[in-house]
Amino acid sequence: MLVLEKNALSEEIESLVNQFGKDRSALLQILQAIQRKHKHISDFAQQEVARMMDIHPVEVNSVISFYAFLYSVPKGRNIVRLCQTISCDMYGKEKIEEAVQRELGISFGETTKDKRITLEYTNCLGMCDQGPAMLVNEKVYTKLDPETAINILNAIK
Amino acid sequence: MVKRENERIPVSQQAHIVDKPKDLTTIGGTISVQINEKKITVPLGTTILEACQLNQIHIPTLCHHPDLCIAGVCRVCVVDVEGMRTLQTACSFPITSPIKISTSTQMVRKARRHIIDLLLSEHYGECYSCFRNGNCELQNLAKEYGVDNYTFGHVETPRYEVDNSSAAVIRDMNKCVLCKRCVRTCIDLQEVGVLEAINRGHETHVGTFLDKPLADVVCINCGQCINRCPTAALRANDPSDEIWAAIDDPKKHVVIQTAPSPRAAIGEEFGIEPGKSFTGELNTALRRIGFDRVFDTNFTADLTIMEEGTELLTRLKKALVDKDQSVKLPQFTSCSPGWVKYIEHFYPEFLDYLSSAKSPQQMFGALIKTFYAQEAKIDPVDIITVALMPCAAKKFECNRPEMVDSGFKDVDYGLTTREMAKMIREAGIFLPEMPKSQFDDPFGDASGAGLIFGATGGVMEAALRTAYELVTGREVPFKNLIIEPCRGFEGVKQASVKLENCVEQYKFLEGVDLKFVVAHGTANAKIVMEMLKKGELNDVHFVEIMACPGGCLGGGGQPIPTSAEIRAKRAEAIYEEEASLPIRKSHENPHVNYIYEKFLTDGPCGKLSHKLLHTHYTKRGKYIS
Ligand code: SF4
Ligand code: SF4
Ligand code: SF4
Ligand code: FES
Ligand code: FES
Repeated sequence: MLVLEKNALSEEIESLVNQFGKDRSALLQILQAIQRKHKHISDFAQQEVARMMDIHPVEVNSVISFYAFLYSVPKGRNIVRLCQTISCDMYGKEKIEEAVQRELGISFGETTKDKRITLEYTNCLGMCDQGPAMLVNEKVYTKLDPETAINILNAIK
Repeated sequence: MVKRENERIPVSQQAHIVDKPKDLTTIGGTISVQINEKKITVPLGTTILEACQLNQIHIPTLCHHPDLCIAGVCRVCVVDVEGMRTLQTACSFPITSPIKISTSTQMVRKARRHIIDLLLSEHYGECYSCFRNGNCELQNLAKEYGVDNYTFGHVETPRYEVDNSSAAVIRDMNKCVLCKRCVRTCIDLQEVGVLEAINRGHETHVGTFLDKPLADVVCINCGQCINRCPTAALRANDPSDEIWAAIDDPKKHVVIQTAPSPRAAIGEEFGIEPGKSFTGELNTALRRIGFDRVFDTNFTADLTIMEEGTELLTRLKKALVDKDQSVKLPQFTSCSPGWVKYIEHFYPEFLDYLSSAKSPQQMFGALIKTFYAQEAKIDPVDIITVALMPCAAKKFECNRPEMVDSGFKDVDYGLTTREMAKMIREAGIFLPEMPKSQFDDPFGDASGAGLIFGATGGVMEAALRTAYELVTGREVPFKNLIIEPCRGFEGVKQASVKLENCVEQYKFLEGVDLKFVVAHGTANAKIVMEMLKKGELNDVHFVEIMACPGGCLGGGGQPIPTSAEIRAKRAEAIYEEEASLPIRKSHENPHVNYIYEKFLTDGPCGKLSHKLLHTHYTKRGKYIS
């Protein structure tokens, strides 16, 4: 990372720490904010958060590794998560699965070459009565069929 | 016990800690409970585990450790509390009402056995080739609960690669039971923060930052995590095979130096109660094993006092007489390699405060391959130096690239107390029954001042005995030379001695209140460093810091288990041995005077001693890339 980039990141984290506080309970909010903006929380960011909150980098790392929605390595600009739990499965998740893989040319767990989309599974989204459900970044789409799913994918940048 | 303000205790656990009332005679100060058939009265807030321990009722534990905060994660300690829907963990259940506890119902026994079975289903067990065989809490539990088949399966092949990147600590996560004692040790007790649980569910393992090898993160090699691990998941890097090979090689002249703390603890490895030193017996055992010479590290501890003391007086003179602003005071001790690495990582901007004197181990190594080689007429190429230390960090220290001032690797191997005991057993020797014998010349027996280096405050006490006498020409004004303020296990101790009627050379110190601070465990070192940062130590002259809780006697290479009581017993053994010695001041050690006459002829902090006995440090910083 360039020094300038590092400085900018440090400043950003500093303002987050000022906003949410130095208490341990503020850690998740701070990490989520970094994740939202940078799509991952880099090694450097983790150590800066630790320094400013006066905890140890490995503790930050531990929290990130615990939560499936926090990443320590860069992913695509958009994260698409298909629900893999039983209700959605019974509503025809498999068809959506096949369609999106074919459309993007990648399988689940992978990122498109242009870094536009990362495909992942998620567990129940609480939309079991409206399956199959899919989460695009922070937005939930329900009652999908292959066509709508592909349209949704094509609409995101 | 756990302190309330320990903020690392999860909120859910904080509710489980109830402050004990100060006055037990007040109403509600104590509570009567029934444990099995027995009625007992305990102070409010006592945990079920404590209550049972006080009444000789055995409760199995695994994640609980007397030095660490309560975790309640292993569930092995479950008991039945009447009226409660589920079994409760004894270690984290504070007694606040007159409850009825059963520690061995059918349900309790079954639950415990299942828990142990579940632990074993994730554990790569191969006890016969395991260093904890016979001293393993998991193995003991399996035996205690009659585990005779693997109900939930067993791990047949290792799942994790063993991390042996570190010169000091080896991590084998195949044997880890996720009790997180190491995590609590490294974060709470030592405030280094190397280890945490990574990932979750069945993928959980104890790892470092980004799962880097231990050698690449901020580990200070203190080995405290080893001492508190119930299994063999953490162990020290054992060089005993190489040492055997050197002993068996007729061309090699193998010498060993023994530090005071292992001598005060090695008996525990042979089933002796803590609190007895085996110095003389060990000398005999080492010769029988095949070491060609046995030396006393205390000799270089005495030298350390001369060198560090002279350095301090020089700094004081520069500051007080020459008004040199660049002189750094207080001077910090540098004999604990864990502490040295800690300050290199976490406070690199303060490295100039550290004394440049090497640790006694490294001084000895440099002298053996120069002075001793010369006196004994042996080519240093053929000399192998071994150091018996209570310490894991010494293994790292002797491998530092700068520790080659003799022209060779000054100390070839650092050996811990545990590994030494293993070698002694392997040689078929029962240590406690050995006849006693003396150390070898030309270093001979050392002074008691060197001996007490093993306990926290010891370096300070030894330094004061010498410095005070050099400056005033009189003995320190304490009965029997026992400088009480240096002793005891308080985390950070502060005191001072007034220097009066100084001799001519040190007139500039007339009336100075010599202030000192003593701290042990790097969590306390951190407190001291923060005080330094804030300018609160401006009037302090000398600071002693040991990386391990209790000082060297609580080192990461000492026998397992460890606890505050065991460490206190070891300290007693050390102080007792020292009180019986004829010479108790470093500057009165005739061998020390001899070496300054014959070899280090330009005196303490002279040119040659700067080459051989002093070192420099590396600014490491804490960022990991
Ligand atoms: S850690 Fe304990 S149970 Fe596991 S193999 Fe070693 S001795 Fe056996
Ligand atoms: S050796 Fe010390 S610093 Fe290193 S992981 Fe263990 S407790 Fe932490
Ligand atoms: S390494 Fe040892 S102390 Fe740490 S969690 Fe595993 S078993 Fe417990
Ligand atoms: S199963 Fe898919 S949302 Fe609940
Ligand atoms: S010892 Fe009580 S839960 Fe582990």
